Amino acid sequence: MVLTGAEIVVRCLQEEKVEYLFGYPGGAVLFIYDELFKQDKVRHVLVRHEQAAVHAADGYARSTESVGVALVTSGPGATNAVTGIATAYMDSIPLVIISGQVPTPAIGLDAFQEVDMVGITRPCVKHNFLVKDVKDIAATIKKAFYIARTGRPGPVVVDIPKDITAHKCEFSYPESVSLRSYNPVVKGHHGQIKKAAQLLFEAKRPMIYAGGGVVLSNASEQLTKLARTLGFPVTNTLMGLGSYPASDKQFVGMLGMHGTYEANMSMHYCDVLLAIGARFDDRVIGDPKHFQAEPRKIIHIDIDPSSISKRVKVDVPIVGDVKEVLEELTRLIEAEKPNPENAAAWWRQIGEWRDRKCMLYRNSEEVIKPQFVVQKLWEVTGGDAFVTTDVGQHQMWAAQYYGFDKPRRWITSGGLGTMGFGLPAAMGVQLAHPDKPVAVVTGEGSIQMCIQELSTCKQYRLPIKVVSLNNRYLGMVRQWQEFFHGNRYSESYMDSLPDFAKIAEAYGHRGMQITKPSDVEGALREAFITHKNDLVFLDFQVDSTENVYPMVQGGKGLTEMILAEEL
Amino acid sequence: MRHVISLLLENESGALSRVSGLFSARGYNIESLTVAPTEDASMSRMTIVTSGSDEVIEQITKQLNKLIEVVKVVDLSEAAYIERELMLIKVRAVAKDREELKRMADIFRGRVVDVTDSTYVIELTGTQDKLDSFINAIDPALILETVRSGVTGVGRGDRILKV
Ligand SMILES: Cc1ncc(C[n+]2csc(CCOP(=O)(O)OP(=O)(O)O)c2C)c(N)n1
Repeated sequence: MVLTGAEIVVRCLQEEKVEYLFGYPGGAVLFIYDELFKQDKVRHVLVRHEQAAVHAADGYARSTESVGVALVTSGPGATNAVTGIATAYMDSIPLVIISGQVPTPAIGLDAFQEVDMVGITRPCVKHNFLVKDVKDIAATIKKAFYIARTGRPGPVVVDIPKDITAHKCEFSYPESVSLRSYNPVVKGHHGQIKKAAQLLFEAKRPMIYAGGGVVLSNASEQLTKLARTLGFPVTNTLMGLGSYPASDKQFVGMLGMHGTYEANMSMHYCDVLLAIGARFDDRVIGDPKHFQAEPRKIIHIDIDPSSISKRVKVDVPIVGDVKEVLEELTRLIEAEKPNPENAAAWWRQIGEWRDRKCMLYRNSEEVIKPQFVVQKLWEVTGGDAFVTTDVGQHQMWAAQYYGFDKPRRWITSGGLGTMGFGLPAAMGVQLAHPDKPVAVVTGEGSIQMCIQELSTCKQYRLPIKVVSLNNRYLGMVRQWQEFFHGNRYSESYMDSLPDFAKIAEAYGHRGMQITKPSDVEGALREAFITHKNDLVFLDFQVDSTENVYPMVQGGKGLTEMILAEEL
Repeated sequence: MRHVISLLLENESGALSRVSGLFSARGYNIESLTVAPTEDASMSRMTIVTSGSDEVIEQITKQLNKLIEVVKVVDLSEAAYIERELMLIKVRAVAKDREELKRMADIFRGRVVDVTDSTYVIELTGTQDKLDSFINAIDPALILETVRSGVTGVGRGDRILKV
């Protein structure tokens, strides 16, 4: 069948069973939009800014197990998408972004709305393509989806010049892809897995440190089974939250810069560390020299060999898909039956660390404490909502106080830390899960970076609940200025804030402003229960001086925490 | 430590910039980089001379392997290998210098490939060190231009880099 390039693009998306396509039209993609108009299998969601298209596709991908897809035009459409692409790249999220390009003969001539998309995105994509011939469209899109979802996932950009979308050729969608230069390892090395099992059997002070790789590999069940068989403590990174049930007694909380006292202490003083789909990031272990000064054996399971021994030297590297490796490791462990007594003394030590109760905060009857709002959010939603966030203090409080028992419920920009991520990501989540509660925990700074998406939410009737912890400051910036810059609050006060409830109303939604602690729960109930089917913007006026604790200062060791009570 | 890394990559327009972009983005040293197609026109062979600690070199090879268009990577300098570089050097050759430069070229097994009244172009191949020694051996005032190809290399014996 002979089709135009634009028809082929749309057919490929249909073949890939793309449910939603997040995008924004423009000159270079008009032929593609024309074809979208003529069909109804792929549903297009019109965002209000291309950054949001990519974040929405990203939220969709994170909350499902599918690839998120976005479509943008050339030039400014493409550059607007870059923040979204980099966000997905840093967190290894599978996306395919199709960008329009000026017609082939115009490339390189500084044509109207020309930008070298392949060049601009090169450092923040898993791979990218410029399609130069209509005959290559189908194979390229097939490859793009394959590369995005396999191995260590990531965003893939397909840049298509306008003339190519008008040219015609015979269409058939390739059944399979084979790339001689790309063959991700899936199965772990058996000998290495045996070595790991041996170390785990001998451990006196064991620790399991699980990251976003567990979520991406859909291996939460496997992780939970292994951890329970071993009876070892488990900590999660920010990206890994939900991969192990937060309510489980073996869970010691999140670790890292704002991790719990017990998680950071056990991470530091363990004798055998099982790292799974995590990368010893600077926000997790702090100063690597300080971390490595304490002797311990490290087993590291990761699909990406370059993540292993990048910041911290490991003893037993296992390259492979987390799920497969965990299954094999669990079989070995079960065959020999570990002795739970081995770690008894270690658990007593962890119990003492837990007794520090590092997450306690002083609640107030006068002013709303942000932590209290998150706790109430957890209560009102039964701990079962999808929670997206922006970036700052609110993000950390959400991570600390909303205990996730299931994976893919916690959707946050961990690697890039992109303010503006929360609301558009929630759109993708809500479309993927129309009947589930979806909350955006945000701040008055971040929400203004993509607030225009309230309009998209109206158009597609997305009943998202915006939980804004409005402290009138770029709170995380203010906190660093308080700690490290002598209370000089340079440009971190948010002057001239709008009335957010009214903004929400102007967009056709419900808005509430909450100022008293006693109203918090009622407002949340009203939003999540009474107005279940509406978007509600909850503007919580919270304590403007509250800080996130514990805190490990950048460059310090993991055990050098500042705790709330010490101040 | 100096390392000579050799790779096979898809002969596609963006592949070179992916490799060079990787080195600049991650702050790896790059002393020289050469690339040309192989007997299989769909594939190029690249040789990179770099330096760094063992950990850095390990990361470099892993990161290179991660690039979708890179088919194979080997650190040639990890075992026995041969390296060569080509240099064309244009020198001022007048009066008694003509004899002297010709003699030097002979000692280094170079060839004079272009001659005018006042200049020679000498062609020289060898290791990087050998080319450096030649440059050091002649009077710097006589050098008009030096053009070096960058290092290429191949493993000895049955160390073979092929798909
Ligand atoms: C796009 C972007 N710009 C700047 C920053 C730096 N930054 C990190 S947290 C933060 C403050 C966020 O303020 P707000 O959204 O009000 O949240 P709060 O910390 O007050 O909870 C800033 C500016 C960022 N992460 N992203």
